Amino acid sequence: MQKYSYLQGFKDGISIGLGYLSVSFTFGMLATSSGIPVWIAVFISMSNLTSAGQFAGLSLMLSGGSFFEMAITQLVINMRYALMSVSLSQKLDKSVTLLHRFAISFFNTDEIFAVSSGKDGEVGTRYMYGLVTAPFIGWTLGTLFGAALNSFLPESIRSCLGIAIYAMFIAIVIPPAKKQKAVALVAAISVVLSCAFSYLPLLKTVSSGFVIIICSVVAATVGAIIKPIEIEDKEES
Amino acid sequence: MDSLKLIAYTLVMAAVTYLIRMLPLVVFRKKIKSRFIRSFLYYIPYAVLAAMTIPAIFTSTANVYSAIAGLTVALVAAFFERSLITVAISSCVTVLIFETILKTVF
Repeated sequence: MQKYSYLQGFKDGISIGLGYLSVSFTFGMLATSSGIPVWIAVFISMSNLTSAGQFAGLSLMLSGGSFFEMAITQLVINMRYALMSVSLSQKLDKSVTLLHRFAISFFNTDEIFAVSSGKDGEVGTRYMYGLVTAPFIGWTLGTLFGAALNSFLPESIRSCLGIAIYAMFIAIVIPPAKKQKAVALVAAISVVLSCAFSYLPLLKTVSSGFVIIICSVVAATVGAIIKPIEIEDKEES
Repeated sequence: MDSLKLIAYTLVMAAVTYLIRMLPLVVFRKKIKSRFIRSFLYYIPYAVLAAMTIPAIFTSTANVYSAIAGLTVALVAAFFERSLITVAISSCVTVLIFETILKTVF
């Protein structure tokens, strides 16, 4: 007997889905305003289901990066999912067989991971499929609306939307950076490095995909050395 | 742009992203013990987002001045912990207003 029903999962997913609507709307707009067809923008969202990775992927597509760069960039940006999947694997009950693991892992976003790990005890297939339903629909529809609506918007609006994604990144980094000096330090190191790679003579020649990888790996390593996170291991059985 | 190439890019992205999510869930049964790796993975998203934002944000609008105005507003809104969409919209509106003023004045 599973502890939580499909409906309970679905309800927990609604607020995630609504949140996704606005983010993917921006993605859809950005994609089509950069010349990507509407259906490909929707295809990207349905097959990837990740925000930062898709935005970074989009900019690599536009700058004509290699497939290798694309793969490495996604690997670095989305590496955090590996940790979440490891953690989620301990949270699933016996109903989640190997086949279900193949399916559920596709939907393991930051928010879905956060909500499912916040539940008491173990979660089963019904809850997990319920939880991912609204976010997946929200992510897909938002992209479609944003992409389709974009062509009706005047040029001045479209140009100012270029800054939207960066503003969102800032909104993700600043609040934790305020509370934890190490996060602020990591972000600062990363910014200094990425500026160096854009403006200094020799470093300028390194392609943008690798710049992000180099900057983030160096900055996160410094953070992990200087201020390792507290590990709250509630008694494991 | 060539649709086939775009699809190929998308498939590469999707395959890598899926493998990252799928492999640990299927393979790992035990928790990662290394404090270093957990710390590293904790900091990674912030480092990635910071590197992607600056200096790219300065060339994301019609001119660098409107970008600086938009960046400033985004930093202030984020500092007061507004939601993602609020920060994004206020930054966009700032850029729009700034560029309209620049166009009318000069």
